[in-house]
Amino acid sequence: METKKKIRVLAAKPGLDGHDRGIKVISRALRDAGMEVIYTGLRQTPSQIVSTAIQEDVDVIALSVLSGAHNYLFPKIMDLLREKGAGDVLVIGGGIIPKEDVPGLKAAGIAEIFGPGTYTRDIIAYIEQHAG
Amino acid sequence: MAIDDIREKKKAWQAGVEKSLAKNPESQDAFFTISDLPVERLYTPADTADLDYLRDIGFPGEYPFTRGVQPTMYRGRLWTMRQYAGFAAAEESNRRYKYLLEQGQTGLSVAFDLPTQIGYDSDHEFSLGEVGKVGVAIDSLADMEVLFDGIPLDKVSTSMTINATAAVLLAMYMVVGEKQGVSGDRLTGTIQNDILKEYAARGTYIFPPQPSMRIITDIFAFCTEHVPRWNTISISGYHIREAGSTAVQEVAFTLANGIAYVEAAVKAGLKVDDFGPRLSFFFNSHLDFLEEIAKFRAARRLWARIMKERFGAKNPRSLMLRFHTQTAGCTLTAQQPANNIVRVAFQALAAVLGGTQSLHTNSMDEAFSLPTEEAVAIALKTQQLVGYETGVADTVDPLAGSYYLENLTSRIEAGAEEYIQRIEGLGGAVAAVEKGFIQREIQDSAYRYQRAVEDGQRVVVGVNKFQTEDVQPGNLLRVDPSVGERQVEKLKKLRAERDNAAVDKALAALERAARGTDNLLPPIIEAVRCYTTLGEIISVLRGVFGEHEASVGA
Repeated sequence: METKKKIRVLAAKPGLDGHDRGIKVISRALRDAGMEVIYTGLRQTPSQIVSTAIQEDVDVIALSVLSGAHNYLFPKIMDLLREKGAGDVLVIGGGIIPKEDVPGLKAAGIAEIFGPGTYTRDIIAYIEQHAG
Repeated sequence: MAIDDIREKKKAWQAGVEKSLAKNPESQDAFFTISDLPVERLYTPADTADLDYLRDIGFPGEYPFTRGVQPTMYRGRLWTMRQYAGFAAAEESNRRYKYLLEQGQTGLSVAFDLPTQIGYDSDHEFSLGEVGKVGVAIDSLADMEVLFDGIPLDKVSTSMTINATAAVLLAMYMVVGEKQGVSGDRLTGTIQNDILKEYAARGTYIFPPQPSMRIITDIFAFCTEHVPRWNTISISGYHIREAGSTAVQEVAFTLANGIAYVEAAVKAGLKVDDFGPRLSFFFNSHLDFLEEIAKFRAARRLWARIMKERFGAKNPRSLMLRFHTQTAGCTLTAQQPANNIVRVAFQALAAVLGGTQSLHTNSMDEAFSLPTEEAVAIALKTQQLVGYETGVADTVDPLAGSYYLENLTSRIEAGAEEYIQRIEGLGGAVAAVEKGFIQREIQDSAYRYQRAVEDGQRVVVGVNKFQTEDVQPGNLLRVDPSVGERQVEKLKKLRAERDNAAVDKALAALERAARGTDNLLPPIIEAVRCYTTLGEIISVLRGVFGEHEASVGA
């Protein structure tokens, strides 16, 4: 019987934002759902995140920013991923992101934004559907 | 005996209720506070039988301060209405402060952006995208002068939410005051200056624990002598709670950090009754209304006992837990944002019934962005409504004597004490955070809460029950990226126009002091005065103290 390969996720905190409750809860929920999750910890530069993602050969990157710096950080990460030939990694984001910023982030390559009030089971379902 | 009679009669009453449950069931098998403390159907004098009014509850303004730290509390003066504010550059924030003062707030509270909090100038590569986003960007004294332009520092008290870089911002504030003709001994305000909770829950640390504690004790010593009306620290539970802790953990971890600060100060040669009166605290006001009121009272009683019994403090002012409160940001929802106005009102009321000295109320749009003027006006009005219309401020600690409330106060105190003992067993708060104990406890509580919400056990109106279609409030506050560009230009101009020889001299003196044991405040003040930037000062200290390597633990 073929065992399904575990989905590998990099959970990352780009920039200076120190709020990590959400990303830690999500990481734990994803692990409980059978995924392999690497959490980067705080204060990751876009280039560190991209490096780690490639090194760890992840299927998904989950970015969390509550500081309002998402419009700079998320597209920067997408640019670097494409530059390094890893543009096919599924990248999702969350945090404090006004709805009007979502189209711009999606245009930059972020697959989906999961804001406050999201159920972890919906993130799990999304990842399984798009990266499973 | 009367209590035994009550117990007997309650048993009979319960038996009667149990019989009727089949026909009239309760909505849950068991009830718990949001912090998982059991909530019984009914509380009676039997549940407070162990309490001695004079010993445990007492009088406001007297040990153990359960009922409040001042004898007349709000009858004398309402709590300070102090809205945390700041965004973009000093000009924009100065305007917002003047608006808030016009609207009736009675104290200032400064929010700084992340680069300022973490010691980077606006032109540092780590500052890209972050300048002015979560607070005001302050790169040098020049920005600070604009921030307080037209605001008399002898008339307004200012709280600054700044931790790793608190010494620099305090120095800047003092020099601004000096330029206004206000000497240090007339300045009133607070710096948060609580590094331990940064490691555990908030994340704006710079240096490792030991040098960070040295800076903090330097601040205590300096202020005792030169800025005696200043609250040198705001030992915080707010962020610990925001990170997901329970009410008991909030009290326990905050007071454990307080113990660590007092120990460090005593070890540095300071006398507890010299710095003790200027310690202050900062708590969250969360959803479970009655639990929060009990929590504030428990914290006061426990801290008073710790300062008296453990540290031998004699000055009654060293025993008083004075605190600021902020309504719980983590309870704001993006869904049905108008509900947030009501949540904040309940949380504000709890803080007042709990005896807070000062209060910040969140705005309804803060699940999306920093507040607009309209939203923050409602938040401020909420406090004014509580203070002037509800009548709760007219008598001290009105809920004292409630069987449930006193029982809950005691349970929270006991739970916190147990945790503090465990932390002592691990070697104290610093060791507990280095070992990841505090972080794990907080994370476990956060996860349990999320599970309860997703399973529907814990209702969040508009999110997992009574949902409607999502409508984001219009007109959100936006911080333009050009703010960052403007700050970079300002820095170029500053560096070209200031006396760079003086700056170099000041930085050299700072480095010498940092490598030795001299108090860091005087050299920091000298550096600030000649327009050395925050980033330049912190860079020298980074060079001497190193940077904290956080363990990842998730």
